[in-house]
This record gives sequence, structure tokens and C-alpha cells, in this order.
Amino acid sequence: MKKASILMIIGALLLTGLFKFPLWNIMLGAPQYPEPLGMNIYINGIQGMSEFDIQNIDGLNHYIGMKTLPKPEDMWEFSVFPMVIGGMAALGVIIGLLGYFGKVNYNWFLGWLILMTVLGILGMYDFNAWMTDYGTNLDPNAIMKLANPDGTPMSYKPPLLGHQKMLNFDAYSYPRLGGYLMGVGMLLTLIAYFVGKKSKQIAQ
Amino acid sequence: MKKYKFQLLSLLGATLFLTSCGNNNGQSGKSSGALNSSAAEKVYVAPGEHDEFYAFMSGGYSGNLTVYGLPSGRMFKEIPVFSQFPTSGYGYSEETKPMLNTSHGFVPWDDAHHPDISQTAGELDGRWIFINGNNTPRIARISLSTFETEEIIEVPNSAGNHSSSFVTENSEYVVAGTRFSVPIPQRDMPINEYKGNFQGALSFISVEPEHGHMDIKFQLIMPGFNYDLAHPGRGKSHGWFFFTTYNTEEANSLQEVNASQNDKDFIAAINWKKVEEYVNNGGGTKVPANYAHNVYDESTHMATSTMKKEVLTVNPLDVPGAVFFLPTPKSPHGCDVDPTGNYIIGNGKLSADLTVHSFDNMIAAIEGKKFDGEAYGIPILKFEDVLAGTVKSGGLGPLHTEFDGKGNAYTTFFISSEVVKWELGTWEVKDRQPTYYSVGHLMIPGGNSKKPFGKYVVAMNKITKDRYLPVGPEMEHSAQIYDISGEKMELLYDFPTHGEPHYAAGCPADLLKPKAKKFYRLDENKHPYAVLSPDQARVERKGKEVHIYMSTIRSHFTPDNIEGIKVGDKVYFHITNHEQDFDVPHGFSMIGQNTSELLIMPGQTKTSLWEPKQVGVWPFYCTDFCSALHQEMQGYVRVSPANSNIELSWSLGD
Repeated sequence: MKKASILMIIGALLLTGLFKFPLWNIMLGAPQYPEPLGMNIYINGIQGMSEFDIQNIDGLNHYIGMKTLPKPEDMWEFSVFPMVIGGMAALGVIIGLLGYFGKVNYNWFLGWLILMTVLGILGMYDFNAWMTDYGTNLDPNAIMKLANPDGTPMSYKPPLLGHQKMLNFDAYSYPRLGGYLMGVGMLLTLIAYFVGKKSKQIAQ
Repeated sequence: MKKYKFQLLSLLGATLFLTSCGNNNGQSGKSSGALNSSAAEKVYVAPGEHDEFYAFMSGGYSGNLTVYGLPSGRMFKEIPVFSQFPTSGYGYSEETKPMLNTSHGFVPWDDAHHPDISQTAGELDGRWIFINGNNTPRIARISLSTFETEEIIEVPNSAGNHSSSFVTENSEYVVAGTRFSVPIPQRDMPINEYKGNFQGALSFISVEPEHGHMDIKFQLIMPGFNYDLAHPGRGKSHGWFFFTTYNTEEANSLQEVNASQNDKDFIAAINWKKVEEYVNNGGGTKVPANYAHNVYDESTHMATSTMKKEVLTVNPLDVPGAVFFLPTPKSPHGCDVDPTGNYIIGNGKLSADLTVHSFDNMIAAIEGKKFDGEAYGIPILKFEDVLAGTVKSGGLGPLHTEFDGKGNAYTTFFISSEVVKWELGTWEVKDRQPTYYSVGHLMIPGGNSKKPFGKYVVAMNKITKDRYLPVGPEMEHSAQIYDISGEKMELLYDFPTHGEPHYAAGCPADLLKPKAKKFYRLDENKHPYAVLSPDQARVERKGKEVHIYMSTIRSHFTPDNIEGIKVGDKVYFHITNHEQDFDVPHGFSMIGQNTSELLIMPGQTKTSLWEPKQVGVWPFYCTDFCSALHQEMQGYVRVSPANSNIELSWSLGD
């Protein structure tokens, strides 16, 4: 159980990587952008891959009537996400410590993971909803109003995960280091659960 | 049927095999070795790939500097230096007009000859490139991060600024010598009293190490010869500078004949360190002068011109042991110093032979005081004492020599139209290749430094004739690139060059590529008329002057409707490009404007003056196809009669 608890603590601590490293990344490449434009999505805001990428993405997006990319103060998520991540990391560490000293059992580890997964899914849902709004809620006076072959207005929503061709751009959307650290952390807590469970069985 | 097909295929295969054999045979017949790849392959730079070297070619009478890639021979840019350049608005915009100011007023043109890249410890450092204006003596400094002209200094007491602009081993000085001797100071006197009265100024212009700012440290006032070309000593000869002379006859008319009478002219050897020391200790005479010093500031995007009123002159006789003459046959033209700094080559242009002097011999002769008379008090060394060797070339009309860093030298022969490769020390000719036609300078990247990159040599020719499709009597000049990596030179490619390239300077692409600027930062823009955000855009009137503070971003001007301008106003459009992305300039042009367009780079501010003469509503537009909505990037100015009382107003999008 001690080994499991240490894994739990490390797993929870890996979440704090999100304060330093981006959760997600979207890259936009086109023939005339041999160095693609890109944005890193952090839990507390969006930053360009290069210094002026946000300005240049906004500049391009104004043709199709998209809103400018949100600043931290424009979205509640950017103030709530850091609290949720910080809180969950702290909670995980506390559970791990309590486990280490035998105050709680491995089911708490699983409980933390389920809570984290639910929150993660909610976060992804929210992120996707924002991207849908961003990509479809367009200025009616946009310079270029493009329609799909069936006549519906074209959506510029970037993919949640993977690649998508949007006009002349290739959009790529993947987790970034912070996101991967979180994934590894969550995996570690799952392992912690099984290790804890196994050690209990052996002990019995 | 199947069998038949197979036979056909094998027949086809056999034919291909035979043909390819034939090709190989043909090639090996032409090139020097069977393993040599074809010339086409050597100059081919695939789409999207980059060249191995930059080449900066002087534009001669275009007044500018062009940037090429080697080995492809593709031209990338024309950098305006001494000439107005409507393409960008250089010399037309209010910010850059001062760059072309001189003591003779605004001179919109010059004859640009000898570019030289700055050096540290004798090697190219890629900070700046200098070039001389030959006609109205000037030296320009060009940044090698923005590839724009940053500074121009006029050279007083000089005329035909030809033995210029060559830098010393650590860019301590950029040196400018006069081809015409003139009365110093200028005065009204009979031309035929030239002899003994005219003088030649050799100017040592200090280069401030951090920003490159130029200042004339001293002018050495030499006898009235023609100082034709120059190169610095390096390595052991660092501290010396060498100038070829002709017209030591001091003829003032029909020089073609009268300046070609002496069997030998001189190479003037100047110990500039000695003169510098003399000057630093308070030596020299400050004399009144009037010359322009024009500096462009990257942060304000503006040039200022200052008239300087004094220059420090030095009489060579006041600094004993600083100046010597080395007799050199037949009106030498090019004066070239090998990478070790020991050999000084005098390219006697009326001769078949090259004269090579030895620095060691020269020092020994000076120390032994073996003089062969003097000229105007300057000691002349004995020809035989300083001579290291003579290259019996078999060519005619040697002009210039460059070095490959592997012990070989390459000399151009104007009259016999060829490049001759010879070996330093043995003076043996190793190879010769024809040029097309009448070659002037040649250039090996780093060829005027301690460390040449001896892979290619480019020959720059004076006569083009039939090399390209005919385009009437006037045509561009022509260059040839040769592969010099092997024993024998191999002609690879012909390419046209802009204006009349004299000398050129080249360097490895990697020296400049990583630091080439992509755009100017808007938040570093200190232009007094810049607008840093569109809400600052406005129009202000000061009497008859109207200042329009305008910003641009794809794809509109802010403001784009302006009213309240009157006939007789002086309207200044101060335009700031708000883009912060690579290669998104915006242009500006106004109908009927008596000047050029502007091309404004991201983050930059430029100003155009318009003096409306007619009542009406006059459009302006962006001249650079900046985006899909470039055609929409336009606006109107309403011009009312001079006595109208329409208030100034401006707007965008209402």
C-alpha cells in the first residue's frame, strides 16, 4: 500500500505540470505559411506558438467573421480551471498521504480518478462547446461567407483531436506536454489503485 | 502475345542502356573527370531549397547593391543605396530623402563599385557591408540583418572615390581613396597647373564597433596621382594598407596616352597604425570642410543628415616611416593581398604579367633603407628588392586577383577575356578559362579575407553581346560562375547581372540566414508620426500642413475617407503598417502625386508628401497585393478649393 500511495502522490503531482506546460495545441498550416501558425492552450489562457501568432490567426479569422481569440479575462474557464486542477492535485496528494499512513484504502484512489475523469470529460465538453461556438457563431457581415455543398454555412470549428482540412488550412489538434503529463498522472493513479488492491490481497 | 511484349520490353531496355552509355561518353569528353557531375546539377537549387552562398554585387551606375544566391545565380533583392528607388520609396519618402543629401545638395544617384563585408580577426563577420559611391564621393554602410542602407558619409577632398570601400582586418577602418587628384582645398585655378598642385586624399573612416557608425578619422594628403584600387594588409601585414596608383605622370589631359608613359607606377604602402598613433597623439591639421553624414535609425525608421564642417588631414611627410612607394609596372589596377598577408599583387593592366611584391621583402628593404629616390619626399623602394615574383600569364590586361585559401590565386584578364589560375610562391599558371566577355572583377566568397571559401569564383563581365536573347542595344551585364574545387576550373553557368557590377562580396549563407530580420516590431517603433493602434489614427492641420496619421492592416487604411483638405496644402501621409508577420508589406500611392509610391514593411512607418493641385475627390490605394481583399484596400481624399471652410474630418467604415 505504501508503494501504491507513492504512485498516487506522484500521479496527482503530475497534474501541476499544467501550470507550466500547455494542455492542448492547435496548429494551422497553409502553403503560404511554411512556418505554421499555432496556439498553445494553457489552463489559464491561450498563447501563440510564436509571439505574433494569435494576432495573425485573428487577422485571418476576421475574413470569415470569427471572433478574436479569448483573452484570459474573456472566459471564466481560465480562472476556474487552475483552481480545479490545483484542488484536484492537492486532494490527490492528501489521499495519497492518508493512504501511506494507512488512514484510507485504495478505493479512495479510484474515487479520485473517477472524479478527475468526470471533471476531465466536462472540461473537454466545455472546450468542444467553445470551439463549436467559435467556429460557427460568425459575424453576419463577414467578408467571406462560405457554404457547404448542401447550402448550410461552413463551420470553422477546429477538430477536437486530430487533423482537419479547413479551406486552405490544415488544422492539427493534439494534447501538448501538460496534457500528456496529466494523462500519465491519471494512469499512475489507476495503477496505484491496482497496486494497492493487490497488496491488500497479498496481505490477506 | 506475352512473349512478344517481353521482347519489346527487352529491346526498349537495350536502347535505354545504349543511349545512357552514349550520354556518359559525351559528358566525360567535355568535363575534366569521368566522375564529375554535370554542370547543370552543380548550379541547380531545387524549388524551395536555399543557395549555399550570398553574393552582393555592386550595381555600378545603378547606384545600388544586388543580392544573389550562389551557385544558382538567382537575384533576391536590390538594396537601394545611392539611388532613388521607387519600388520601395527610398529617396522619395520623407524619412529617406536625407540619406541622399550631400554638400552639393540632394544627389539622387551614384556609381557604386566595391562592396566589402565587415571583418573580425580577418574573417567575414556578416555585420555590415560597405560600398562606395564613386561619383560624388560617399561610403555607405548597409545592415546585414535588415539588408537596408543605414548610413552614408560623404568624403571631402576626394573625387572619383574609387580605391574604396575596403575594410581592415577588424573593421577598424573602411578606407576610401581618390581616383582623381584635385586642388585641396577646392579653388579656382588653371587645370594645366595640375602637376605639383593637385593632391590625392586617402581617407581612413573609423567604424564604431557596436553600431558601425562611421567617422573620418584622418585624411592622408598624398601627391597628385590617381589612387586606383586598394586592399588591406592582413595577418602579418595587418596595420598596412596598399593602394595602386596610375598617372604618376600627373597628366591633366588625354590621360589615355599621357598617363601611360611611365614604365612603372607605384603601389603606395601606408602604415595606417603609425598614422593613427600620430593622430591619436594630436598630430595632423584640422581643416575646414563641408560634407554630409546621413544616418538612418532603425527604431525611428528615419534618416537624419548632418553637415560636418571639419576634417583632420595628415601630410605624409610629417609621419616618417608611414608611407612608401613600391614601383609596379604598367599602370596597375587591382591591388590584392593574399590570405596570409605576405603577397601584394599589382595587376598591371597594360601588361601581360602580374607583379607580386612581398611584404617581408618590403619590411627588409625599409629597415635596410634601400631607397631608389623619392617622390614628393616619399621614399621609393627598389623594385628588385620588394619583388617576390612575376606571373608570366600569357594573358593580356590583368585587372583583379582573388584567392581560394589553398595557395592559388585567380586573376582576370580584361583584354584576353579569361580567368587565369596560378599558384602563389611558384608563380606557375595552373589553368585558364575563357569568360564572356571582357571580365572586370571576380569574386570568391571571402576572397578578400584571411579565410576564403574557395568553392566557386564568379567572373563579372563588361560586355554581354550574344550571351542571352537579344533585347536591343542596351542590355544587362553578364556573369559566369566556375567551380574551382578541383585542379581545373569548370564553367558552370551564365547569368545576367543588374546595372554594372564592379566588385562583389560573398559569404556563406549560414552567416546571415539566421539573423536576417523578418519584420520590425511595432512596439519598438519610435517614429514621431507612428500610430501604434488604429484608434490613434487622426488628421491634424498646422496651417497649410496637414498630417495624416494612418495605419494599415489587411485589408484597409485607417482612416480611408478624409475631407477638409484644400488646394495648396502640403499633405503628409504618415503610414504605419500594423502587420506583425513575415512578408506582409502594404503599399501606398496617391493619384497624381509627384513622387513614388511607398512600400511599408510590417511595424514600419513611412511618410509620403502630396501637394494636391486640383479640386476633387481623389483616390489612393495599396500597391502591394497584400491579401485576397487587396483590391478593396483603397480610400478617398476630398480636396476643396483653397478658400473653402470645410472642417477636417476622417473616418473608416461608417
